[in-house]
Amino acid sequence: MTAVTTQPSAVRPLQPWKLTTAQRFSRFATVIAVVAVAALLVLVSPLAGLAGIALVAIPLQVAVSVARSGRHGSVAARNDVATSLIGSAFLILMAPWLSILYTVVRRGYEAISWNFLTDDMRVTAPDAELGTGGIAHAIVGTGVMVLVATAVSVPLGILSGVYITEIRGRFTKLVRFIVQAMSGVPSIVAGLFIYSTLVIYNKSYSGFAGALALAVLMIPTVARTAEEVLKLVPEELRFAGYALGSTQASNVFRIVLPTVRSGLVTSAILGVARVAGETAPLLMTAQIFLATKGNPFDGPLASLPIVTFSFFQNGADNAVTRAWGTSMVLLVLISLLFALARAVSADRRRSRR
Amino acid sequence: MSSESPLEGTAVTASGVGSAMREVETGRDSRNLLPSGASGLETIGAHAWFGKHLAIEDVSLRFPKSSVTGLIGPSGCGKSTFLRLLNRMHEFIPGSAFAGQVLLDGRDIYAPEVNATEIRLKVGMVFQKPNPFPSMSIADNVLAGLRLARIKVSDKNMLLEDCLVRAGLWKEVKDRLKASAGSLSGGQQQRLCIARALAVKPEVLLMDEPCSALDPGSTLRVEETIVQLSESMTIIIVTHNMQQAARVSDYCAFFLSEGGPGRVVEAGLTSTIFTNPVDSRTADYVQGRFG
Repeated sequence: MTAVTTQPSAVRPLQPWKLTTAQRFSRFATVIAVVAVAALLVLVSPLAGLAGIALVAIPLQVAVSVARSGRHGSVAARNDVATSLIGSAFLILMAPWLSILYTVVRRGYEAISWNFLTDDMRVTAPDAELGTGGIAHAIVGTGVMVLVATAVSVPLGILSGVYITEIRGRFTKLVRFIVQAMSGVPSIVAGLFIYSTLVIYNKSYSGFAGALALAVLMIPTVARTAEEVLKLVPEELRFAGYALGSTQASNVFRIVLPTVRSGLVTSAILGVARVAGETAPLLMTAQIFLATKGNPFDGPLASLPIVTFSFFQNGADNAVTRAWGTSMVLLVLISLLFALARAVSADRRRSRR
Repeated sequence: MSSESPLEGTAVTASGVGSAMREVETGRDSRNLLPSGASGLETIGAHAWFGKHLAIEDVSLRFPKSSVTGLIGPSGCGKSTFLRLLNRMHEFIPGSAFAGQVLLDGRDIYAPEVNATEIRLKVGMVFQKPNPFPSMSIADNVLAGLRLARIKVSDKNMLLEDCLVRAGLWKEVKDRLKASAGSLSGGQQQRLCIARALAVKPEVLLMDEPCSALDPGSTLRVEETIVQLSESMTIIIVTHNMQQAARVSDYCAFFLSEGGPGRVVEAGLTSTIFTNPVDSRTADYVQGRFG
């Protein structure tokens, strides 16, 4: 017995269901070769551009797939063709996204500097030298407004989800209909609504009005996601709670909501992503302010989309570069937010193990 | 009560009036036949509907204190539905309806002034599929009932250990009480659910096929737990396993639907039901000739 345990095992763990490194490399090389051949064909034919390469490369790749896997039978060939088509579809879908990202970075990177993130435009003209002034006012303004909008809309959204899935009262259908209708409201209408109800009465634009306009847009997103997430809670868990003598309220707040905590975080994040880049509603509610300030009740407040818009309207080269730089900051901030949310919910899942 | 049914008049007289559970033919008069002073759980003329569909008809059973009663019968005969009548879980099904009486210590639990939440505290339930709360640790699961019903306990750790010991799970989890309930095996989860049901100190424990998803070892442990628990509480268990019914129960009630609503064909001491039943269908069922 001891001889067996002291000797290292000769059996190595294998994953025979996976492609070997050599196979994977040969497939990768094939794709590169196919694209290269397609590019050559495009050069000598009337076709042109990336679209032309794609138009030649995709059928070529399919043909190569059939030739390569055909000898293993029709199932293998069909599998290979499907893999090639799905891979092509993935690349085609990625193209616009990568193109946007590339354009934003290419045109905006010059504007980015430490100063750009920490200074504001209080004493700087939009077309002044790059490296002076900054968009701290917009970062802070967007942060404050999104925070207030989240504080308003997440509780309301989750509670409407709870009403639809847990309470199932007489107005369930009506509430669901209104939530769905609200998610179709054009964002400028949300701005007009807050303008006509709040801004006119206060006779002043304010960050708070902007936040409320964003909240109007955020509520349906949060509510619908929360409803979908709450529907996933198995009925057995609710019954288990009731069988322990729980009231409906403690059942909802101590069992159902904690069970889907990470899903609810996702619903809030989706809501934030929905509104963080909104421009139209803020035009009529928060407007723009050139100094950095954090008080949403103290007159107009800047935000990243509005500041981008106003830089762009200026038209001068430096101002337009600043506009791209501001968009880049907005993209990065939203990406960070997504990563944070994923980390938070992944953490939850791991700690449960 | 439909008079063409052959079930009428199958009242069983088990030996010893004081401890007998009876199936009585007409609900209203039955209380006169029952031993006086012995409190417990009792149904009188219980009917249950799902929408227009009558699922159980006229079930009158009495469950004496500190006894184990097995509810047996083929699938779809209304055993689980009947069980859910006893702690008012039936009403969660949309379109469900009920007629008759369920008396807990002589009080009708369906009386308008009765709070269903309070009833479910006294009549606990263990479900067919283990359903621990995935968002909580093992310890929090056991104590969940206290938090949900806002019950204050002086020594939570004592109660936690006591419940887990009684559910036969303590030794396996005592070093990882803070781990997630989802990390337990199916059999362990079911025993966790039993511990959870015990923590609120119910008078009656309803078990709906608690062992149907368990391996033989876990089943044995749950059965030992049932026998042990029956010293201090009334247990009613639905089971498809005849051996299990014979092993753990003091009394048995045989349910049968025969195409119509489920009814009790025969009820009485487990030994009588298994060895000397009055009705031939009971004999056929317990000997495995159908179902």
